[in-house]
Amino acid sequence: MAARAEEAVGKDGFAVKRVRAGDIRHVTALDERVTGLAKPTYWQDIFERYGRRRLQERQFLVAEPDTPNSSVPILGFIIGEVRAWEFGSAPCGWVFALSVEPKARQRGVGHALFEAISREFRTLGVTKMRTMVARDNRLHLLFFRGEGMMAGPYLQLEKEVD
Amino acid sequence: MKLQISSRLAVFALLELAARPDLQYSVADIGQKYRISNHHLAKVMHALGRAGLVRSMRGAGGGFQFSGNARRTTLLDVIELFEKLGSSDSDSGTGELTAEGRALSQVLGEIDDIARATLGSITLATMLKLTDRHRSADQPTVRRPRASPVAQA
Repeated sequence: MAARAEEAVGKDGFAVKRVRAGDIRHVTALDERVTGLAKPTYWQDIFERYGRRRLQERQFLVAEPDTPNSSVPILGFIIGEVRAWEFGSAPCGWVFALSVEPKARQRGVGHALFEAISREFRTLGVTKMRTMVARDNRLHLLFFRGEGMMAGPYLQLEKEVD
Repeated sequence: MKLQISSRLAVFALLELAARPDLQYSVADIGQKYRISNHHLAKVMHALGRAGLVRSMRGAGGGFQFSGNARRTTLLDVIELFEKLGSSDSDSGTGELTAEGRALSQVLGEIDDIARATLGSITLATMLKLTDRHRSADQPTVRRPRASPVAQA
């Protein structure tokens, strides 16, 4: 599995690889730069669950610059997994995190990460991928639409807990 | 959801022009493909020109050329040039101050929000990819009329 992700070498100066323990501080820093919130405990927990366990169906991929000692050690990351039978759904590849370094956007990093995780899902035998995006998150909406994602058959519902 | 005819014409015209931004198309070229009135289309093209999405080329073989950014222009950007999106009920005023009216407005507002988010997330570039997928799916059985681009003067 790791070998397949390692093969996804970008032609634009970066490679898509499986996450390693040393990447997590860079993932945490990138997420903090993008969201304005530092969540080190969350990212360490995500690494334990998606970077170390059940790697067959879980994907935590990072885009690394080809140049060693780059000032930006991680250009982006994507996380997803195959989930089955939740909400009555047949096995499906879920993408629940994607981020690209702001300085490295428009270089195909997000597309390469998306393609890499799509390949992993395909290999695992699923034919559909799914994600959830906030309606006002224009950047992510435009990206996923550009990758060909359309509205799925589910509606997300919520309420205030009284 | 239905779009007004001007919005539909604008989307079709922009897709035609954005697919080949180096070429010019006359109103007649586009009108013929979609079987729409040249008169109505000319008005739409004028509005798109004012919005900076197309430029009019003068002279022999003149026509319209795409001048926007297909990766940045969304369907919502185009449609809002021609119509105000939103439920007609919210403008009616009938019973809107009652609890029932407010409850209905809440549900209709939910639909409006989803429609705006959908249209605001699809760029012309994404629409061109989607169109290509439909064209590929159609290819074995359907022959599509081709636009006749006017060569650059």
